[in-house]
Amino acid sequence: MSGILNSSIGRKFAMALSALFLMIFLLQHFIINFSSIISADAFNNLSHFMGTNWLIQYIMQPVLIFGVVFHFVMGFILEIRNKGARQIKYAKNNGAANSSWMSRNMIYSGLFILIFLVIHFIDFWIPEINTKYIQGDMSGLLPSGEYRYYEELVHKFQPLWRVALYCLGFVFLALHLLHGFMSAFQSVGANNKYTRALKGFGKAYAIVIPLGFIIIALVHHFNH
Amino acid sequence: MNLTLKIWRQKNANDKGKMVDYPISGIEPDMSFLEMLDVLNEELINKGEEPVAFDHDCREGICGMCSLYINGEAHGPDRGVTTCQLHMRMFNDGDTIYIEPFRAAAFPVVKDLVVDRSAFDRIQHAGGFVSVNTSGNTIDANSIPVNKHDADDAFDAATCIGCGACVASCKNSSAMLFVGAKVSQFALLPQGQVEATDRVMNMVKQMDEEGFGNCTNTGACEVECPKGISLENIARMNREYLKASFKG
Ligand code: HEM
Ligand code: SF4
Ligand code: FES
Repeated sequence: MSGILNSSIGRKFAMALSALFLMIFLLQHFIINFSSIISADAFNNLSHFMGTNWLIQYIMQPVLIFGVVFHFVMGFILEIRNKGARQIKYAKNNGAANSSWMSRNMIYSGLFILIFLVIHFIDFWIPEINTKYIQGDMSGLLPSGEYRYYEELVHKFQPLWRVALYCLGFVFLALHLLHGFMSAFQSVGANNKYTRALKGFGKAYAIVIPLGFIIIALVHHFNH
Repeated sequence: MNLTLKIWRQKNANDKGKMVDYPISGIEPDMSFLEMLDVLNEELINKGEEPVAFDHDCREGICGMCSLYINGEAHGPDRGVTTCQLHMRMFNDGDTIYIEPFRAAAFPVVKDLVVDRSAFDRIQHAGGFVSVNTSGNTIDANSIPVNKHDADDAFDAATCIGCGACVASCKNSSAMLFVGAKVSQFALLPQGQVEATDRVMNMVKQMDEEGFGNCTNTGACEVECPKGISLENIARMNREYLKASFKG
């Protein structure tokens, strides 16, 4: 077990585990956001629960932050090592003949997701932490006595530039997952009779979830 | 056929090397790619120039000695063939063809198109074998029953000829298809179980030490492999490796 991160397969295994965790988190995040276009109350209640539950706040949130940071740091490490494994480039290389664009450009789709995540943190996470843990307001209420979460969400999606950036971020996430979903299973050694079915499911996941996030942003932008 | 060849020329391991253009004519569509290079070399020798060095041995697709990165693909544009089995009918009159050595830090160029693939030999030495005492007490192969499905998969893995096209095609110069095939070939058979833990740990360790990259699962290797070695072998190696690491 010792030093598993020092081996190529160990690093890939850790990469895949962090990615699988992120994909489960993404699904949960999607379900909560989706509730916002069905019922403001449901979204408020779910958000308040997630924002104040100790298990989510003190255990899952640090795990998630660690997972994201681990994933992109390991992504950079792998990229640097892999670049170093071929010092002289081909004069002519026909990558499209044998592999998908997505699979060859995980670092670029990943980098764009990272830019998106920085903006996302500034937009949502830092104000949340500020309200709850710095100003100490755990009530989740507006001065009017209503929950603040839905109001804040709608407010954030008013500027067109932010909506456009969000949509673009999710396009890159879709590209990342179109290769990443199946790749994570292959990395942990799962390649068997279920692989074909899983491939289809992975494609659906990679398109439906990001597209759903885009629709949610657009609905809030145009409805208010 | 009249062609323009753009060939990597490099005097020796320390030379910087460069692409050089060679027009060539009178090429028959039924010639193999290596026969086409033979024609070029004959012309070069007659002109008193240094012929292009390239690797080859059996010229029937079984030894794994021929290499070449042709028009951006290992073993050229055809599927399931080595360069010696690639034919000029895959190209058109007037084409420009890029011919480069297999590129990887772990496969240093020796001269022109010849690269040193002995890193593969060292990986094999690290564990690509079963230790059997063959001095006088050989056991009949059929005395150990093997499930037909496993035997077929092991045979498929064993068809890897160690050519290195997987490494050359991989954007990361990863050797995982080769090592995956060599690990699988034994992992699937009862004979391979005794040394299974050490085998996968040692072969992967050697692979990493040789400077090959990590696998991103692009699948380029599987497409370009002349023997159709499947990505399932990489997944199996990953399982074997994880199993062995958790054992300690
Ligand atoms: C924060 C920015 C991110 C960066 C810089 C990044 C970078 C990368 C890179 C470079 C790889 C390929 C690693 C390799 O060579 O195999 C990768 C794989 C992957 N990423 Fe990301 N990523 C990011 C965010 C995400 C997010 C948010 C998700 C999912 C919700 C995700 C899911 C995946 C998956 C599923 C894989 C495949 C794992 C595997 O092949 O084992 N990534 N990422
Ligand atoms: S796996 Fe295929 S491409 Fe790689 S060395 Fe073996 S035969 Fe060649
Ligand atoms: S020369 Fe033996 S496989 Fe091509």
